[in-house]
Amino acid sequence: MILLQLLWGFFKVGCFSFGGAYAAIPLIREVVLSYGWLSDEMLTYMIAVSESTPGPIMVNLATYVGTAEAGLAGALTATFAVVLPSFLLVLLLTAVLSRVIKNPYVQAVLRGLKPCMIGIILVTGGRMIIQNLFEESGTFDPRALLITALLACVYFSRGRLFKKSLSPILLIVLAALLGMIVYAL
Amino acid sequence: MKLLSDLFLTFTKIGLFTFGGGYAMVPVIEHACVDQKQWITHDDMMNITVIAESTPGPIAINCATFVGYRQKGLIGAIAATLGIVLPSLMIIFLIALLLDGFLEITVIRNAFKGIKLAVGLLILDAALRMIKKMPKKPLPRLIMGGTALMMTVITFFSLRFSSVALLLTAGLISLLLYAFPKQKGGSAS
Repeated sequence: MILLQLLWGFFKVGCFSFGGAYAAIPLIREVVLSYGWLSDEMLTYMIAVSESTPGPIMVNLATYVGTAEAGLAGALTATFAVVLPSFLLVLLLTAVLSRVIKNPYVQAVLRGLKPCMIGIILVTGGRMIIQNLFEESGTFDPRALLITALLACVYFSRGRLFKKSLSPILLIVLAALLGMIVYAL
Repeated sequence: MKLLSDLFLTFTKIGLFTFGGGYAMVPVIEHACVDQKQWITHDDMMNITVIAESTPGPIAINCATFVGYRQKGLIGAIAATLGIVLPSLMIIFLIALLLDGFLEITVIRNAFKGIKLAVGLLILDAALRMIKKMPKKPLPRLIMGGTALMMTVITFFSLRFSSVALLLTAGLISLLLYAFPKQKGGSAS
């Protein structure tokens, strides 16, 4: 039953998405690939779409996968599932257990989670950059390298090259323009 | 009832105008809930940010649930959370219906090929910023490095190993080192 799979899959994602959507990407990828909901390529597209539309990235991803798999009912199920864990936890923490978070043992666990999360995000970004330099057939794509290099120069120069540093949305717009130009040649 | 619809509409507005999610939403929420509506205080806002950081889930949703609960209990929490989710739900629903058709068009397909390349850079950048803010102590660095190494090995050999297992292990190691500080000579502070 697809709705149950969506519910369970995105509930898992919602439970382990500490530190925002980027840290949850490996888990989201695991879930969507194992059920065959999205390809790697579509997942990357959707991260970009989510980044350029209002709302939290994780919620957007859940809505998209839900819609693609089971229409409106799927969208509602997946979105509900991804929001539910944090909704319940915050209710619990504000209503009953606001002191739990200050408990030194809880703090110790959190101190361990944060750097681990950073490591996961770091490798996720690196993997995507390298993987995107190759086409799905596995052949090297020199145009992708060109665009990546250009984008990296502009983005990481952080105001040294241009007056203002680029926001994520502007970077995506620039990438879209470069894609249209370079892949048309 | 008026308060409920106010909660719902305020958070719908916040959900509609905050791109990118995450911390971009915090100042917007603060402006609406602390300055304009005076639903919560600045101290509350600080507390909820800490709770949001330590619990899973998007920070904006954490904030909405918290403010809603403070104002009107469980029903308030539901109204505010629904409000913040609704705009992106509708927008993405429309995009999902249209995207496959769009991708048939060559120009748009090429644009997405470019966009795909930007996403990796954005994620890498997020990690680099977090590393800069990470406490400069041996334990976090070790956990970060160890995780990165494990993830690289997992990716390289296409192993089936969940990132959740890594998170749980890291939390456990940190807890054990705190609970038994001297036994292995690790610094737990």
